[in-house]
Amino acid sequence: MPFESLVATCLAYVVLMFGVAYAADRAAARGHVRWLDHPLVYTLSLSVYCSAWTFYGAVGYASRSGLEFLTIYLGPTIVFTGAWWGLRRLVRVARMHHVTSVADLISARFGKSNQLAGLVTLIAVIASTPYIALQLQSVRLSFEAFATDAPNGAATDGNAFGGTGLWVAAGLALFTILFGTRNLAADERHHGVVTAIALEAIVKLLAFIALGVFVVWGLADGPLDMLDRIARASADPQVAQGWMLQPDRWTALILVSAAAILTLPRMFQVMVVEAADEERLHVAGWAFPAYLFAMSLFVLPIAVMGREMLPASANPDLYVLTLPAAAGQDLLALLVFLGGFSAATSMVVVCAIAVATMVSNHWLVPVWLALRRIPAGDETDDLRGFVLNARRLAILAVMAAGWVYHEASGGTAALAAMGLVAFTGMAQVLPAMVGGLLWRGANRKGAYAGIGTGFVLWMALLFLPSVGIGGALPVPAGTDPWTAAVMLALVLNTLAFIGVSIFGFPDPVERLQGLSFVSAVEPIRHSRMMRGNDRAEPLLAMARRVWGADAALRYFQAEARAQGKSGYLPDLTPRFLTRLERRLAGSIGSATAHAMIDRVAGGVALTVSDLLQVADEAQRAKEETQRLEAARAELVRTAGQLREANDKLTALSVQKDAFLGQISHELRTPMTSVRAFSEILKDPSLTEAERTRFAGIIHDEAGRLTRLLDDLLDLSVLESRRAQLTIGVANLHDLISRALSAASATRPERGFLIDRDLPSEHLAVITDVDRLLQVLINVISNARKYCDAVHPVLIIRVRRPEGGGAVIDIVDNGSGIDSGRQSLIFEKFARLNDPARAGGAGLGLAICREIMLNLGGEISYLPGQGGAAFRIVLPARPPAAAEEARQA
Amino acid sequence: MQLDILMIEDEPNIAEAVRFILSREGWQVDLHPDGAGGIEAIQKRRPRLVILDLMLPNRSGAEILCDLRAANDADLAATPVLMLTARGEAAQAGAQADAVLTKPFDNEDLRAMVRRMLA
Repeated sequence: MPFESLVATCLAYVVLMFGVAYAADRAAARGHVRWLDHPLVYTLSLSVYCSAWTFYGAVGYASRSGLEFLTIYLGPTIVFTGAWWGLRRLVRVARMHHVTSVADLISARFGKSNQLAGLVTLIAVIASTPYIALQLQSVRLSFEAFATDAPNGAATDGNAFGGTGLWVAAGLALFTILFGTRNLAADERHHGVVTAIALEAIVKLLAFIALGVFVVWGLADGPLDMLDRIARASADPQVAQGWMLQPDRWTALILVSAAAILTLPRMFQVMVVEAADEERLHVAGWAFPAYLFAMSLFVLPIAVMGREMLPASANPDLYVLTLPAAAGQDLLALLVFLGGFSAATSMVVVCAIAVATMVSNHWLVPVWLALRRIPAGDETDDLRGFVLNARRLAILAVMAAGWVYHEASGGTAALAAMGLVAFTGMAQVLPAMVGGLLWRGANRKGAYAGIGTGFVLWMALLFLPSVGIGGALPVPAGTDPWTAAVMLALVLNTLAFIGVSIFGFPDPVERLQGLSFVSAVEPIRHSRMMRGNDRAEPLLAMARRVWGADAALRYFQAEARAQGKSGYLPDLTPRFLTRLERRLAGSIGSATAHAMIDRVAGGVALTVSDLLQVADEAQRAKEETQRLEAARAELVRTAGQLREANDKLTALSVQKDAFLGQISHELRTPMTSVRAFSEILKDPSLTEAERTRFAGIIHDEAGRLTRLLDDLLDLSVLESRRAQLTIGVANLHDLISRALSAASATRPERGFLIDRDLPSEHLAVITDVDRLLQVLINVISNARKYCDAVHPVLIIRVRRPEGGGAVIDIVDNGSGIDSGRQSLIFEKFARLNDPARAGGAGLGLAICREIMLNLGGEISYLPGQGGAAFRIVLPARPPAAAEEARQA
Repeated sequence: MQLDILMIEDEPNIAEAVRFILSREGWQVDLHPDGAGGIEAIQKRRPRLVILDLMLPNRSGAEILCDLRAANDADLAATPVLMLTARGEAAQAGAQADAVLTKPFDNEDLRAMVRRMLA
């Protein structure tokens, strides 16, 4: 294809990408983010993983090393399917802290240290520059392979297309600056870029699949024929040696590519920074591995077919392009060319954004802030402008570095290895990243030690040799030098990280962040600061410098409203400061944001001892809170007890009044009769019979008075537990017989059938015999008084329970006591409204209960026995006797 | 001949004393020994005076008095009531009564009170 039309095609494609990005940004600005936020867009943007290195290089890789290319896809697949929970946590924590890059994540986790972020940025820059150069080279190579003539009729020597790289780099820099630094939003999302990347992902996939289908069904004779050809190719001894599986190399490659998906700047950018939330990982969890599968499906067929059809001198890395061209499929070749172009450009754009963000946030801005020593609250100082310009500058610098590297390396094959070198470089961040997320004990010193060790080893063993400085690691024969170098760097890195973390002591900010990262909960900025908002104005000024006047004011107003305040200055609560710092971190990195807020709101930078004090205060406050909580609970409990006691006292008082009223009534009733009849007796006109009768009534009523007074006295002694008990031994059978005989005086006209089980009654009981007898007589008399059966029956059953003593049930066949009154019968004066038959004062059962309590037993009503049923439980020994027995 | 006095009292000895004292003055005294059915007895017998014990089983004297005063028949509702109470017992219960006599009482007081009320 003529060079001009190829350039025109590229330009048209680039214009399309600009248009898509622009439209998406406009839509996002108008708030139409629904389709932009679709999980599939997110998933497609992840395909930025498949750079030109994978698009072109995979076939070359397969041609040289067989299935080993699969490892590059297997690592990410394992991460997405096997460790999706880890990914979710990574995204959640990163979103929570408004992390802007992988360097920012490490910095935020390890005490908001800018030096650490600077170190990670250094690795990213060193690893990314040749990687970007590789993309430029792939574009240049594809131009070379595809264009049928040189531009302007220039000689077709190696430098004929030398300008291509520059133009591509310049165009991509422009695109990146336009769409990558449009704003300094706190969440750092770039809808335009992501949408364009997603579109490029589709182009990549379609191109590759189209080529694969052409190869399998167009050039070969279907899948079976294809498998046959692959088998024949692998039978070639020269090929077979390269294709041999090397398990240790596979393991290392899978590990490195799994690490790369997490740590590569561009992957972190699309996967974490651009993720609206962790939910889209649900879809990406299966869709991204599926994408990778589709991209890898035809790699081997294309590689085998390329070997078969193309001359041995043809570069396997360009088979995807030269194969359709050789077959005369120009349109297919053009599509593949655009696919490769997409892969290269999307990688470069995202990588540039990611690395430039790190460079500006962790190198340029901190240095600038340190140099300028801007006074807090200086509103004229446009930090926002500076940060954006710093980022633009960084993009240009990253692009320029890539181009310079590309030119300097002369586009040699050395570049081909750069993809893997970049992978291994960024993989050095992995131990600190994973450890920081999962292990609270991880600290900054450990991170320094691990990343530093990994960085040095990587430089010495992998990066420098790849550019021709120094040699490969000397290893025993039979060992793969690359594998050995990678594993050595990663293992020593991890050991240093863990070892130093264990022996190091984290500072308070780190401990706080460690807790937040590991438990994925929001920490509140520990702050000894002010409750008021007198420092809010300078903070607003500072935020203005970062976000611009309108955005800052809007944010402060919203925060003030959330606190329920009017105006635009919220109180500087720890929560607000935490949120503000997070949002600022989204724009300028967590370390810088932390430092700026400390400078403005804290007045002076916090020292470690300050923070320790804060932590101590927080601990004290927590203890204080717990103490207050305990005290409050105690008060509530006391109040409850007081209320209860008061209720009890009130009830007691009511009871006492009722009791006195009852006694009064019970005493006055016989006295009334006595007094009235004594007066009547004075009348001389009474007959002798009347005299005798009235004197009898007086006698009875006087006796009733005496009984009542006796009962009251008895009860008061029993209730005070001062009753003198005369403990003796008796046969229960004899006691029951005596009680029956004594009670028979009550309503002697009632012929009771007594049902006893005599043998079981012969139990010896140790108790106050007279008192027990009193209880038995009372219960049996009650039965005689109240049993309303026509043929009254009294059943008495005795048994000895486990542990000794006795249980005596006395049951009659009357109508019993209604359930409503059962609980009242043992109360004083609870006489069941039947004075005519009762004759007593209603103290009998109350006295029985007190006697039984004094004897260490109890008397209770047994409901549901047919008639009135009482159970008397007697312990093996009365309490006093038990006491004496213990003392003896 | 209208019944002079209906006494509602559950203590048989007190009832006997009161009946004896008042009979000797020439009044006819009938007895109802329970709170239950007390108001029906008054309705049926239409006495000129009711002597009502406050502390009665099943239905207290105060309740019976309330029922009586709330009766539709104005004459019945206006029947004079002498309430027998122990001292301190529900003072307000006597408010609706025409006279209150505290137990134990002097026989002469009882006679005088009844004489006045039946006059």
